[in-house]
Amino acid sequence: MKISISKIIIFSFVVFFLSIFWLGLKKENNYDTKNIIGNRISNFQLSSIYNNKFISEEVLKENKFTLINFFASWCAPCRAEHQYLLNLSNKKKDIKILGINFKDKKNNAISFLNELGDPYNFVAEDTDGKASILFGIYGIPESILVDSELTIIKKIVGPIDQSQYEEILRLIQ
Amino acid sequence: MKLKKIIFLIYLFFFTSLQANVNKSELLEIYKNLRCLVCQGQSIADSNSDFAATIKLVVQDQIKEGKTKDEIYTFLASKYGEWIVYQPNFNRNNFLLWSLPYIVLVLGGFVIFFIVRKNKKQ
Repeated sequence: MKISISKIIIFSFVVFFLSIFWLGLKKENNYDTKNIIGNRISNFQLSSIYNNKFISEEVLKENKFTLINFFASWCAPCRAEHQYLLNLSNKKKDIKILGINFKDKKNNAISFLNELGDPYNFVAEDTDGKASILFGIYGIPESILVDSELTIIKKIVGPIDQSQYEEILRLIQ
Repeated sequence: MKLKKIIFLIYLFFFTSLQANVNKSELLEIYKNLRCLVCQGQSIADSNSDFAATIKLVVQDQIKEGKTKDEIYTFLASKYGEWIVYQPNFNRNNFLLWSLPYIVLVLGGFVIFFIVRKNKKQ
């Protein structure tokens, strides 16, 4: 049986394109932040919402672990995760929490913390949201767990829940 | 002397408006190549979301600092992954995406060449 070269080429192309479609369908298309785990956070300086003090990466390097949490008084899911932040702050000495107040009014943020408790070792402001871009944030609440080298160990998109809280505890052991 | 002043002012006016248009088109080009991560199928240029507005501010700042288009893409890709850029960089994972059109073009040329040669022989 004689098979022409053009038929082999056409058959190869059909197989190739079907394989591409099959792989494309299998691939996860939703955006996630898995690829930023392992990256380092650098070059930031944020001012406190309470006074004229600043915080930069040099300060965070003194901590064994830091949880950087983005929150706002207008954000309902931030209220839901607040208890977990308070638990971390009260029970664990190895972890410090940096709160970054995202696109919020200073007075509202302070009232929010007075009402629910302040789990943060430092509360910084990000009035226009530009600082959040440095951390790869695209909505709140979001939290980033970094080590003393400021390498991202875990990123949580959305409010911290029980399973994520337990995972943070496991990671900082 | 008066004429010189008028010519200078006209020159200044046209130069500044031309520069503003260049900056606007450069910004628009960058916005169009950035994906809005919180919108379905929209670029930063198309979206009015909060996230898109913040990215626009950051891009404007970086342009003012003298950063190039590629530096801005690299910066944002380091923060959000390559998914944020519509036109990804050439790498091991997407070499087929970039090279396939050229491979198909060359193979197509060979196929046409062989078909024409075969027809001529007949």
